[in-house]
Amino acid sequence: MNYVIIGNSASGIAAVESIREIDKENKIILISDEPYLNYSRPLISYLLGKKITVDKINYREENFYKENKVDLILNKKAIKLDVERKTVTLSDKQKIFFDKLLISTGGSPIIPEIKGLHSNGVFTFTKLSDEQKIESYIKKNKVKNAVVIGGGLIGLKATEALIELKMKVTIIELANRILSSTFDKKASDIIKNSLEKIGCKIITENTVAEIKEKSGRVTEIVLKDKTKIKTDMVILAIGVRPNIELVKNTPIKTNRGVIVDKFMQTNIKDIYSAGDCCEPTIAIWPVAVKQGKIAGYNMAGLKKEFGGAVAKNSVELCGIPTISVGETCPTGEGFEILEYNSEEKNIYKKIIIKNNRIVGFIFVGDIEKAGIYTNLIKDKIDITGFKQHLLKEDFGLINLPKEYRKHLVTGMGIEI
Amino acid sequence: MVKKSTPKEFIIERDNEKCITCQACVRMCSNDAHVYQPETDTVISYDEKCVGCHFCETICPTGAITIRRNPSEFKPNANWDATAIRNIIKQAETGGVLLTGMGCDKPYPIYWDHILLNASQVTNPSIDPLREPMELRTYIGRKPDKINLKTKLTPQLKLETPILFSAMSYGSISLNACISLASAAEEIGTFYNTGEGGLPKDLYKFGKNTIVQVASGRFGVHKEYLEAGAAIEIKIGQGAKPGIGGHLPGEKVTQEISETRMIPEGTDALSPAPHHDIYSIEDLKQLIYALKEATRYKKPVGVKIAAVHNVAPIASGVVRAGADYVAIDGIRGGTGAAPLVIRDNVGIPIELAIAVVDQRLREEGIRNQASIIAAGGIRCSADIIKAIALGADAVYIGTSALVALGCSLCQKCYTGKCNWGIATQDPYLTKRLNPEIGKRRLVNLLRAWSLEIKEMLGGMGINAIESLRGNREQLRGIGLTDTELKILGIKPAGMAW
Amino acid sequence: MKKIIIREEYCMGCRLCEIQCVVQHSKTKNILKVYKGKDIKPLPKIRVEQEGYISFALQCRHCQDAPCIEACITGAMYRDKKTGAVLCNEEKCVGCWMCIMVCPFGVIQRNIEGKKVASKCDLCTGEEIPACVKNCPNEAIILEDRK
Repeated sequence: MNYVIIGNSASGIAAVESIREIDKENKIILISDEPYLNYSRPLISYLLGKKITVDKINYREENFYKENKVDLILNKKAIKLDVERKTVTLSDKQKIFFDKLLISTGGSPIIPEIKGLHSNGVFTFTKLSDEQKIESYIKKNKVKNAVVIGGGLIGLKATEALIELKMKVTIIELANRILSSTFDKKASDIIKNSLEKIGCKIITENTVAEIKEKSGRVTEIVLKDKTKIKTDMVILAIGVRPNIELVKNTPIKTNRGVIVDKFMQTNIKDIYSAGDCCEPTIAIWPVAVKQGKIAGYNMAGLKKEFGGAVAKNSVELCGIPTISVGETCPTGEGFEILEYNSEEKNIYKKIIIKNNRIVGFIFVGDIEKAGIYTNLIKDKIDITGFKQHLLKEDFGLINLPKEYRKHLVTGMGIEI
Repeated sequence: MVKKSTPKEFIIERDNEKCITCQACVRMCSNDAHVYQPETDTVISYDEKCVGCHFCETICPTGAITIRRNPSEFKPNANWDATAIRNIIKQAETGGVLLTGMGCDKPYPIYWDHILLNASQVTNPSIDPLREPMELRTYIGRKPDKINLKTKLTPQLKLETPILFSAMSYGSISLNACISLASAAEEIGTFYNTGEGGLPKDLYKFGKNTIVQVASGRFGVHKEYLEAGAAIEIKIGQGAKPGIGGHLPGEKVTQEISETRMIPEGTDALSPAPHHDIYSIEDLKQLIYALKEATRYKKPVGVKIAAVHNVAPIASGVVRAGADYVAIDGIRGGTGAAPLVIRDNVGIPIELAIAVVDQRLREEGIRNQASIIAAGGIRCSADIIKAIALGADAVYIGTSALVALGCSLCQKCYTGKCNWGIATQDPYLTKRLNPEIGKRRLVNLLRAWSLEIKEMLGGMGINAIESLRGNREQLRGIGLTDTELKILGIKPAGMAW
Repeated sequence: MKKIIIREEYCMGCRLCEIQCVVQHSKTKNILKVYKGKDIKPLPKIRVEQEGYISFALQCRHCQDAPCIEACITGAMYRDKKTGAVLCNEEKCVGCWMCIMVCPFGVIQRNIEGKKVASKCDLCTGEEIPACVKNCPNEAIILEDRK
């Protein structure tokens, strides 16, 4: 029996591990369109900012494939999928037969329609090869300033890295605040102020209309309100969409991403999907790992359900740790908000409650024990009994009802 | 006049080179004797609050604390010692009765320390306890006058070792302490006594190792209670406070205590001095047989009396009234709360009491009709051997058991702030007494003492505890007057048989 | 694998476990040198939570299905094959705090002395009995071998 996995990142690797937990014998073939052994995508911004060296970017050890008996095919793209004959055709015309297939092709950056997009010095920032290109461009052209289009997580992490390299950065964001999908205005402002303090310029409610070049290199950008900003480099970071090119012209059902059931299986038997390419898309590393893990179990014959996930993000910017989980900017009726704001300590905490259950929270500056709240959201625990303790400094397991606490500590699932 | 503050009893010495300001002492002291100063990041101590329980000294991770006695700051006076002066100051200020806990601490003669044991040599050889079996098993109960093959014995208590746990009520001590005693008794094969606090529901499972007590306040006495135990004990008096009833201050009467004792929460539990239905020896006989009837003669019914001047005739009367055993509690017996003046001045030492009671019962030919259990300040296995040789069947240990659980005899049991979690109901403090550890320590103590008893028996050439009972020949007195020797019924050291 | 079992009914709240954890993870392992001398004081990986008279010491549960291992973006969180304990490789950790975000017990801490890394209980690698269990005066935390 052949397991074939397309994609060598979070879900692909997790699937390998969970398959091998159950099936130690049958063949696993892993196909990657990149030339590298597995690496951690989020670490590319740390690499750019020289916080880590390139030998530390690997996610698993070098002998991972050998130890797990995986046939690794690098630097080949899967370009055709034949669902009837159960084959995958690679870019070098190789045909791989599969009994079970996992599509974990991840996401690709959204490229906006901007004039001058294909000039030298315009980059996306999602893969290691992007980082390598940016690094060498900076070195070769002695880049001093850059514009980052998009004030989301990727854009801000890229900004931080560039500031580490002593560059001047300007961020252009479409919404009224940076990190608009995860943060509210107050939290966003704290980060904005810290970024501005270290020399970063942030322009909101604006977009780039044109990228101008001279002698083949980027020289300036023009905003929609005609403002001109001189720059040596542009990084596009307006978002990521599921990479579903492979399944076009196949009977696999898709929406924005590949549609899967609670066992991570597509509408076609024996074909699974996990990670940023499947739907509903929560494009975060831990969720991709969990989906890959569940997909792997199901592929190997152990039926396990993916119980859903909430959006969650942890990122430290300008030395300020932040965590946002669940519904952080609710609209509509029925929500109760608990807030703690201390300007002198630079701490902002907001908890969103509906029907006596936490549905989301934002922590900026103090992220102690955030995981307890994440779990209260996941288990949908009624917080009436201890609502008053939620924002206290010494909040902990001790404030939770005794039965739930005992269940957590000795229950199934988390520990046996 | 200027109000005199009570001078401090103890000095808390803190070695600042070793103190790491971990604040364990601050958190643990129930008397708030240690306080953390955030401005200087140091811990300072208020000596006047220290009761000398040594909990902080034990818990300090670097051993930085030493508790010292405050050297008396009064001019030396053989008649007016510091304690006498302090007591008058306290009473002049409060107008109240001085309370105290644990047993009499006055320097009356300790007869155990004036009695020496024999060892066999040459003429009849000693026995090696590692090679020969040693019988420590004994039975508490009425023995028949004569036996034939058809004799039916009255109910007996079977003890694997002649040591029982003395009566300590749930209320004066914590539930965790009671569980430690009960589970240790179960493991060793002996008994513990509920005291006058009733039997809490958690302890019913140890029923077959329990002696339930019926005291003058009749706290917690109901049908299930009497059925639950292996024996019933009527408490007429106790060694620490003969002539008066038990005291449990209201601070220690929590909801659980109130349920077990069947009294309102927060009220002082004061047992009356006499049982108000026992005004003569005939009344006692009536109560003994009422209890026997109520439990269908299946359990031994004993009587506990305090050792007072007329203990011999009183014991004789008790035996004739039908008691299966007589427990006698001497002046050194402990308590959770008693008036200081009564604890220190009323009663007689247990050594003399056992001797005269055993003698009197033998003279009257009724020694077999009841067992004698001796109580009141038994400190080691040698005291036990001597007690049995003087005439007891077994001993009750109270203070020794609590010391094994951690007690350091600070005598402040009545405040309910026992740092060791023994004499308190405060849940923050009672947590500190882990019943698993408590049981382990008590079992260790009894096991150690049983081994030592076997060694001493072997040395005397005796292989069964029953052969030691009343065997005054094995004892010699030292440093005693002729009268004392006569009362104890032993020869002076140096005299052969 | 060896597991630390918490019995909150015996915890006195003395916090000696926190102190011994710090000493165990220091360089000299000498309590006076750590607290009064020049040895660096690491973060305690066990913390006592207290409310009124209820208290207990909480550390990493070394879960079978550890959410922190799943969430770790660098692969720094891993399971020791021999002991079954969940450990953090501080060389690989970049301080992204995803683990703090998902730990249902809140036992991972942000260590900001020097390189920012996640700090949590490591079952005292190399020792027979973890320092906290060995030094609890009332056996409120005990070590048990559980499958």
